[in-house]
Amino acid sequence: MSTQSKAGNGVERPLSPHLFIYAPSWTMVMSVVHRGTGAALYFGTLLLAAWLIAAASGPVAYDWAMWAFGSWIGRLVLFGYTWALVCHLIGGIRFLIWDMIIGFGEERRLLALGTWVLSGVFTILIWVVGYMVK
Amino acid sequence: MRTPLSQVRGRGTAKFGTEDYWMQRITAVAMVPLTVIFILAVVCVVGAPYERAHAVLSSPLVAIPFAAMVIAGVLHMRIGMQVIIEDYTPSDAWKILFVLMNNFFSALVAIATLWAVAKLSFGM
Repeated sequence: MSTQSKAGNGVERPLSPHLFIYAPSWTMVMSVVHRGTGAALYFGTLLLAAWLIAAASGPVAYDWAMWAFGSWIGRLVLFGYTWALVCHLIGGIRFLIWDMIIGFGEERRLLALGTWVLSGVFTILIWVVGYMVK
Repeated sequence: MRTPLSQVRGRGTAKFGTEDYWMQRITAVAMVPLTVIFILAVVCVVGAPYERAHAVLSSPLVAIPFAAMVIAGVLHMRIGMQVIIEDYTPSDAWKILFVLMNNFFSALVAIATLWAVAKLSFGM
């Protein structure tokens, strides 16, 4: 009977101060970035869906979509989408490496920083090539 | 006699954790090459007129990897977003609502995108 009140209903329990008591490290930052880019890409799938539906709907709809994607705000969003995609891809490969229990030594910092640097390099490269072939 | 056991029954895990964990890795590995193909295809059609974009997107070399990427991607993002929801949603009611919306959103994205890929491939 009286045990019920202690089972968790309305009882304020102390939470462990998990995230904010640590000094930030690159592995931690990249973990947070991975989750952030993942969440962004989740909603970014709407861009992919819009693009393909417009292409499937015909030239008029496609021109509308191209106008929206080609506007300066559209380009800004797509640039952000490109970086999120590349960053999540490279970060994902890093997590797959760690899943194999490889790379937990001093190189872990390099792996985390590498995600940051490589994602920037590849994003710019993709856009430079995109503008060149256009 | 009543023991506290009845209060903890049904409050444990859903027992789907291992499947979700493994599915997240399978779809991740699948999407490494598929995303590279996707980026190359997008760079190929950027700024191109409609006819050329349609020709590229309806080619099986593009349409099949696209469909595969959408399927893997939706499975992957559904699990990922559910983890985020479970981590940050304090009450069960909101959690159930958000997880439900996550499932609907993921299904909608999959159906809409696959419809478009199919329509591009099989004509209009």
